[in-house]
Amino acid sequence: MKRLLFVTLIFCFLSPLQANEPRTIDVLYLKLQQPERPTLSNLDPIPKDLGLVGANLGMSDNNTTGGFLGYKFQLEVQQFDEGDIQAAQTAVESSDAHYVLLDMSAKQQLAVIDNVSNKTGDKANDKSDHKQRLYFNIRSYDVTLRNEACRANLFHTLPSYAMRSDAFMQFLIKRKWNKLGLLEGNSEEDAAFANALRRSAKKYQLKFKQDSKWLLDGDLRRHAAAEVSLLTQKFGDYDVLFVADEWNDFARYIRYNTWKPRPIFGGDGLQSLTWSSVFEQWGASQLQSRFKKVAKRPMQSEDYAAWIAMRAIDEASIKTKFAGLDEQKTYLLNDVELAGFKGRPLSFRTWNGQLRQPIGLAHQSALVAMAPLEGFLHSRNELDGLGYDKGESGCKAFKE
Amino acid sequence: MNKTIEPTIEPMIKAVRLLLSKLIFIGLPMLAGSVSAVSADEIWVSNEKSDTIVVIDIDTLEVVRKYKVGDRPRGITFSKDYKHLYICASDSDAVQVMDVESGKILYDLPSGEDPEQFALHPNGRLLYIANEDDAITTVVDTETKRVITQIDVGVEPEGMAVSPDGKVAITTSETTNMAHWIDTETNKIFANSLVDARPRHAEYTEDGKRLWVSSEIGGTVTVFKTEDQSELAKIRFEIPGVHKDKVQPVGIELNKDNSLSFVALGPANHIAVVDTTSYEVVNYILVGKRVWHMAFSPDYTKLFTTNGVSGDVSVIDLDKLEAIKAIKVGRFPWGAAARPTNN
Repeated sequence: MKRLLFVTLIFCFLSPLQANEPRTIDVLYLKLQQPERPTLSNLDPIPKDLGLVGANLGMSDNNTTGGFLGYKFQLEVQQFDEGDIQAAQTAVESSDAHYVLLDMSAKQQLAVIDNVSNKTGDKANDKSDHKQRLYFNIRSYDVTLRNEACRANLFHTLPSYAMRSDAFMQFLIKRKWNKLGLLEGNSEEDAAFANALRRSAKKYQLKFKQDSKWLLDGDLRRHAAAEVSLLTQKFGDYDVLFVADEWNDFARYIRYNTWKPRPIFGGDGLQSLTWSSVFEQWGASQLQSRFKKVAKRPMQSEDYAAWIAMRAIDEASIKTKFAGLDEQKTYLLNDVELAGFKGRPLSFRTWNGQLRQPIGLAHQSALVAMAPLEGFLHSRNELDGLGYDKGESGCKAFKE
Repeated sequence: MNKTIEPTIEPMIKAVRLLLSKLIFIGLPMLAGSVSAVSADEIWVSNEKSDTIVVIDIDTLEVVRKYKVGDRPRGITFSKDYKHLYICASDSDAVQVMDVESGKILYDLPSGEDPEQFALHPNGRLLYIANEDDAITTVVDTETKRVITQIDVGVEPEGMAVSPDGKVAITTSETTNMAHWIDTETNKIFANSLVDARPRHAEYTEDGKRLWVSSEIGGTVTVFKTEDQSELAKIRFEIPGVHKDKVQPVGIELNKDNSLSFVALGPANHIAVVDTTSYEVVNYILVGKRVWHMAFSPDYTKLFTTNGVSGDVSVIDLDKLEAIKAIKVGRFPWGAAARPTNN
């Protein structure tokens, strides 16, 4: 139904929350192109506005609150070629924004953050608040970025590979599916995810019985049936076949072509996800429909990471009454409780700035389980059973 | 002796049972219309995922009727004279009006998109509806069936309440984390109060002096002094053996003399009983899974809770403060409303 009447709001000055003058909160959305990746099939192209629509939606959600409290979010979008670190860094320096969402690989993020902060340091004794920035990683699952390579002003709203792989292991234990096979793709990301899987298996005392690289290089669209069957025959018996194929290059040809009738995990089988259009519990359908209205496509993990980053900035601003970034950072690390449509309050880990969040195990048409699964207890927070816990973390930058 | 009698009696009992069940089955639709004057009070419950309203007999504690309604019914409330039931059929984008005696849907009220909860003005005429997808509160005149106005509120408005004197309407918005105070005379917001994450329900005390607001993700209930919108108390909940993240307050109901407040704690599967003077939690009552909302029996001796995930309604004895029965009702029961029948 169309809106029947439009009512202009007049704010009453009785409101104790009414600010005297509208303030602007600038956020920079910084994107570096990723290298083009040839995949066997181009059925599922990566949306060009992946992440960005989430940030935009977050901005408009925040601005509704801002309308009542007298502030306004502004999103500045800057986009550069893959290798154009220099330009990206200049964009950060010349922007008014104190908050930067990073839509780029782990390596690129480090290059940007480190160069910008060096420059700032060069300008002798300039300690004005303007030079401080909080960064939000919305694109990289990289484990090192949250451990050894962590940066004190870099938060992560996307989960790590380790969080995603731990979610799988909890599910397998619950199901008592113990015998695992692994087929690893050839990209850097595939290796990173496969390593996370191996680590998670060890953590949850499971083992990969078979662990193999993906070596076929023919066009599987033509002969998947013969090749995959042969390849998986040598795996012997297993309960579950993991496919580490982050780009969904060959994984789509594995299902139903294996020697044994076994479920596929990873790739295009059961996925371990930050967000998917099949999440509908915990009020998620409202976020889904708000997103679809503006994006004309379903919401994905990176969109969610950008959206929740914007929500976190909003919360930190309001709850600290627009205090300086140091205080906001402290608030984010210690006190924030974000409503993220995943059934639990979300917060940030004090040791590395990672957003604690449930991970959905889902296939194309339904959510199967939401980790942490029942029974996986933790003395601090069950969500810390996913990914690197405080004691395991190699991140030192957050220790004060 | 017994052995000789049994074979003859057993088929008889079976036959009588069969007859009785048939009678009840066939008789129900007729009973609904004609015998209501002597029948017991009822609790009406909306089933979000069955698209039905079921009616529970308070004496027998059984489901006695079931009606098919619009898509995804959530909030329900009776008109002042109990002749009509208003139903938020969220996915049909309508507030349906049901004739209580016949169970027939009479007509739809214009409601704005995705109505989730509403509150009836004490004048019995105006409905204040939270339109979750549109960040709007819609005011509808139930007599002329017209929208009077739409008021911009925060993102995902859900909780709705109108003060007993009818002067103030409250909308809580889930993503904006606010309670908006609306002057019903001007239909303008005159104050906004920040609360903890995802406020879902607002409830006035009978004297109109206090407003209770639940925050689902924040895990708290905030009590406001309505006179100046100041915060009087923030109630936190702690249930042994239940992680605090699972304590997600949603529905709030106050007992007859307003001495106790009952708070539905969602996936914690408990109802908290709160003393309204000290704001201390005095008891936790175990109910079904994912408890949403509640309704008192008209005599205030029992409390009925809708449990979304277990698909049932728990019946709480208010003397003993414990659940005495679970009644299967359908898929995802959500809203509940009491209907006194002997007045």
